Amino acid sequence: MYHTGIEAPQGVWWRPVTGSEKVWVSIAFVWCLVLFAMMPLWHLRGGQNPSGIRHRVDPVAFSARVDEFIEEYRVGEEKGIPVVAPPPGSHVYLKASMWTWVPILKLQEGAEYTLHLSSVDVNHGFNLYPMNINFQVVPGYDYGLVVVPNQAGEFQIVCNEFCGVGHHLMVGKIIVEPAQLAQAGGGLR
Amino acid sequence: MSASMRTCPTTGLKVDSTADALIKVNAVVATVALLIGGVAGLLVLLTRWQAVHLLDVVWFYRLLTIHGMNMLIFFILFFEMAVLYFASAVLLNARVPAPKVGWAAFGLMVLGTGIVEWTMFAGKADVLFTSYVPLRAEPPYYLGIILFAVGALIVVGHFFAILVVAKREQSYTGSVPLVTFGAVTAAVIAAVTLLHGALVYIPTWLWSMGLMEIDPEFYRLIWWGLGHSSQQINVAAMVAIWYLLGAFTVGGIVLNEKISRTAFVLYIGFISMASAHHLLVDPGFGPSWKVWNTSYFMYMAVLASMIHGFTVPAGLEAGQRLRGVTQGLFGWLRRAPWSDPGFSSLVFSLVIFGFVGGITGVTFGTEQINIIAHNTLRIPGHFHATVVAGTALAFMGVTYYVIPLIFRREVAFFKMARVQPYFFAGGMFVFSIAMTFAGTFGVPRRHWDVTFAQAPFQVQFSPAVDLVIGVMAVGGLIGILGGAMYIVITVWSVFFGRRLAPDESGLGAERLGLPLGIVSPPKPLPAGADESMLARHPLGHVPGTMVLVLVFLVAFVVYYFVNWKLLSDVWSVG
Repeated sequence: MYHTGIEAPQGVWWRPVTGSEKVWVSIAFVWCLVLFAMMPLWHLRGGQNPSGIRHRVDPVAFSARVDEFIEEYRVGEEKGIPVVAPPPGSHVYLKASMWTWVPILKLQEGAEYTLHLSSVDVNHGFNLYPMNINFQVVPGYDYGLVVVPNQAGEFQIVCNEFCGVGHHLMVGKIIVEPAQLAQAGGGLR
Repeated sequence: MSASMRTCPTTGLKVDSTADALIKVNAVVATVALLIGGVAGLLVLLTRWQAVHLLDVVWFYRLLTIHGMNMLIFFILFFEMAVLYFASAVLLNARVPAPKVGWAAFGLMVLGTGIVEWTMFAGKADVLFTSYVPLRAEPPYYLGIILFAVGALIVVGHFFAILVVAKREQSYTGSVPLVTFGAVTAAVIAAVTLLHGALVYIPTWLWSMGLMEIDPEFYRLIWWGLGHSSQQINVAAMVAIWYLLGAFTVGGIVLNEKISRTAFVLYIGFISMASAHHLLVDPGFGPSWKVWNTSYFMYMAVLASMIHGFTVPAGLEAGQRLRGVTQGLFGWLRRAPWSDPGFSSLVFSLVIFGFVGGITGVTFGTEQINIIAHNTLRIPGHFHATVVAGTALAFMGVTYYVIPLIFRREVAFFKMARVQPYFFAGGMFVFSIAMTFAGTFGVPRRHWDVTFAQAPFQVQFSPAVDLVIGVMAVGGLIGILGGAMYIVITVWSVFFGRRLAPDESGLGAERLGLPLGIVSPPKPLPAGADESMLARHPLGHVPGTMVLVLVFLVAFVVYYFVNWKLLSDVWSVG
């Protein structure tokens, strides 16, 4: 009755599943349902979801919006890149292009921002170091993610999608100020 | 029937001379691609190992492109074309109905490959394997891929024609063997995949000449319909080879045809949804689309792999228990032919594919967990465990049987062949785990210089990263050594190996040059062997396998939930 996988089975082989095989298939099926359920569950209860506000955007228009944003909240400059300190709750814009992230962002710990990511040339990858948060940055699409920095400090943005020979040069920066300092100082701008 | 057939003295199967020849040429070209891709891989590794940092930036990305295309497309697909001819014409005793079409398709694939290799080496296509629009290669690059894909599509059609002819001419009775059924699965998925390829590369070719526009997200969606689904061709072909090697080496049985075949059908049903795994943190798609598709319609394709992960070892165990190897839980493993490279390849391929590749793949492919995995080294860590230690190793294992059975030569350097799977599997196991580890620190994939020496801002990875990348390099080098052994053995065997006489079956005393499964094939099963002949054990009739899969399940559950914990610690994002 039994045969190997290189022999042609004769007659009807559609037979009931029995014994250990049945046990394992049932266990595996239940586990697959757990895997499935976890994703909607995390949307309801979890704090990290890649949902965001998503829409198409003309790269030229996005670039203009970034310039406007920089103009509005600019507080300085580092290595030729403007440093921008937007107020908590605001929309924040970050432009990827070969091979820079503009601008440098100054955020406050525990505050909420809508971080808009887009590219004006090829695909780029947003990797926040050392947090290890990753998003794809695609030209023609605005990805607006609601973020809450949970830790103060300096974070680097490493491009992790290949974008040409200068890919390894593409490092940006986000500075997160401690909550109490931000309140007391107020002199960020 | 006009085709010329020979009768295989070992198996008694009739082999069509065209099938013989097409299997040989496809296997040879696959090996050439493996060599090119392997050398490129070595150079890429020696660059990512920052202590050596061999290549300059331009050649790093160029050779990374060459590595990806040669391994994931040319090596794998040429080998799979050989598998298709083997599983149809050879296993079914059938003739090849259209030899000229077979040769034309092969010619087209070689032509396409040649064009792509030339554009890559000439620096006209430094766009990496994925060539995300609007990164642009020169038009011949896309044209070469289109020609290759059309050729492969013709082979898939030819494969179905062989099945039809075999059925009509009654070259076999009953249903097709399970291995052939697995190859049918691979062929159906290949057709779907290659159509995605046409749908994406033809517009991209026109775009590269300035004739039309392409949306970057449309490109990513359809390209991954090719890119991920093509890995599912590999999975189906690999699983078919697991059943094949199980039969050859220890007479592994099929416990239940219904279950194994249904699992193959699940692959076909849900595989094109796999494209979504690459788009989980993309701006072009919403959460419900992501959840639905990333789960392969509630993980039905994962279920399929978990079924094969049970039925293959269970078949090995039951096959041996029925033949009297009944000691303890694992007597069937202890007494198995570990010096047969076909057997060791099968076991290592199965274990690494499941434990490393499978668990990491499903975990990283979870919509939210992808946030802490996307484009880091965790991703290549995952797929080197699936495609390299899984698929490529299974292909290597079956080669040791193809050389005597199809090329009719002895396997050269046989003592080296016995240990080759150990080097390759051991090296790639360490390599992929270390790579995955490095990725958890956020180390990016596809990156020339992770010391960021020339970047405007410093990124200082934890010192542990240096250590992990060192381990990755050592593992990679051992794996590459195993790959080099394979190439030396196969090339030498095919061109200079001792010929087997036309009537030489190889049966007899153990000897160098022939794997054990040929010298002393598994004994026939006792008459009327069925479940009642397998001894009762508290853990069922395949207790050893039951223990192994439960260990697997625990590892899976732990790794999966540890990743949710890691995710919950990062900034809140929504």
